[in-house]
Amino acid sequence: MDSSGLGVRRAVGFVAPALVLIGVFLVFPALWTLYIGITDYQLTGPAAADPQVVGADNLVEAVRDPLFTNSVWLTALFVLFSAVIGQNVLGFGLAWSLRSVSPWLRRTAEGLVLLSWILPSTVVAFLWFAVLSRDTGTLGLLLGSPQTSWLVEYPMTSLIIFNVWRGTAFSMLLYTSALAAVPPSQVETARLVGASGWQTVRDVVFPHIRGHVLTNTLLISLWTANDFTPFLLTSGGPNHRSEVLPVLIYRQALEGGQLGYASAMSMLLLVGNLVVALVYLRLLRRRA
Amino acid sequence: MSPLWMVRRIGFYVLVAVVLAFFAVPMLWLASAPFDEKPGLGLRWPDWTWRNVVTTFEHPYAVSSLVNSLVLCVVATVVTTVLAALAAYALSRVRIPGRDLLLYLLLLLSSVVTGTAAMVPIFVMMLQFGLINSQFGTALVIAGGMLPAAIFILKDFMDAVPRSYEESARVFGASPRQVLGHVVLPVARPGVATIFVWAFVNAWGNFLLPFLLLRDVGQQPAAVLLRTLYDEGGSANLTVIPVFSLLYSIPVVVLYLFVSKRYGFRFHGGIKS
Repeated sequence: MDSSGLGVRRAVGFVAPALVLIGVFLVFPALWTLYIGITDYQLTGPAAADPQVVGADNLVEAVRDPLFTNSVWLTALFVLFSAVIGQNVLGFGLAWSLRSVSPWLRRTAEGLVLLSWILPSTVVAFLWFAVLSRDTGTLGLLLGSPQTSWLVEYPMTSLIIFNVWRGTAFSMLLYTSALAAVPPSQVETARLVGASGWQTVRDVVFPHIRGHVLTNTLLISLWTANDFTPFLLTSGGPNHRSEVLPVLIYRQALEGGQLGYASAMSMLLLVGNLVVALVYLRLLRRRA
Repeated sequence: MSPLWMVRRIGFYVLVAVVLAFFAVPMLWLASAPFDEKPGLGLRWPDWTWRNVVTTFEHPYAVSSLVNSLVLCVVATVVTTVLAALAAYALSRVRIPGRDLLLYLLLLLSSVVTGTAAMVPIFVMMLQFGLINSQFGTALVIAGGMLPAAIFILKDFMDAVPRSYEESARVFGASPRQVLGHVVLPVARPGVATIFVWAFVNAWGNFLLPFLLLRDVGQQPAAVLLRTLYDEGGSANLTVIPVFSLLYSIPVVVLYLFVSKRYGFRFHGGIKS
């Protein structure tokens, strides 16, 4: 018997409603993706009424499709530079350096970073149009080249910088709470024996927060890989130059009507996510 | 106070200032453009006017879409918070074999599936159920996507509630429901508040699911309307967009200010390594 006196039957009753919602709206669609992915299902036309199973044809077609390989490459760049490097480094840097500044500066900085994280994504898209657009854009004015339309000429770089701005808050929060668990005496000792800031981070702090770094990197990578906000900024253009996988899937499914083919791509995205998650679990276990 | 120390100190503050500017500059538009005589996609000192605000309130769908957002968001948030609290409590107190693995798998699945990977089946499923254009249905889809993470985070808070409290309450004859309502939830309140705020901000800003599932403009929340204002008719409606963006942002900003004042915006336990 447990201390709360719940009993197994009542406990199941407590868990069931949540599990039903998760089952219907999360697990079932995920499994169904696998099925639709092997059919020629379309939004309209004859294949909409009576989809045929075409087996692995969609997958083979996707792997050969230059649009798909282009998109995989862009997604990998997006995750690597904006999440794994950008958000991670900036988030840690903020968490580390804000420990030693005055409280008001710390509150202001944290407030700004958090605000960029919680504002609705459609609003954020306009904020960045105002930074990156031609003629009147803030960046163009600051750099003295108002003729540059940043989202058209450097779409991927713009998206990467945007995503660093958008997502750093999570890493900052996570590292702030992780750093609170590092014994101050060890950091102090490192300082006394003359270790530089970088040496302190590498040899004293990092061993304590290795698990946090891994968890953080996994979560922000998955979120970034599945993020739909790039659609709001560039819609994948110009000429597919910023078409990350979520945008490609959306355009194939809803604009192109190729539901089966888009699901096959979703399936490949799911598999990619799972591989990343498994590598992470591996690394996490090795720590022990 | 060696010169080198001074240089490094100055360098440090310059760096902090640059980072702060990076985060602050994009947001200035939200303060200037809504009140500018000729608002544009760019930053400039405004020629002050209230006209844009009046025009925005006269827009046929502006106010109703904010109401739709509120309905969608409240349903999704309440469903998520209540179901997650019940499930997290039960999972925290009763041993179920493979519980932690199950939770972990669900968390991974939710961070993978919610966005885009499952958009085709979710769209087809809701089409078959006849739930396209149903706010309630859309809210449930959003809640289903948020539940695993909510349970995962809340379970840590529930684990931290001392069991001796519950035992004492039971000695005095409290039923399990009373134990949960009068003992456990009050103690775990910061956790429940965290989940509530987190779910609210997520549901309030969610664009993709309403965009997919609510095709009728009368049902659409602010997120989707704002997008429509941008692409409709080939050019952006720049009189309405800035004011509407500001109105749409106010609830999350207020919520943020409230939370950071009351609890401090921190991870309390929550995500462990």
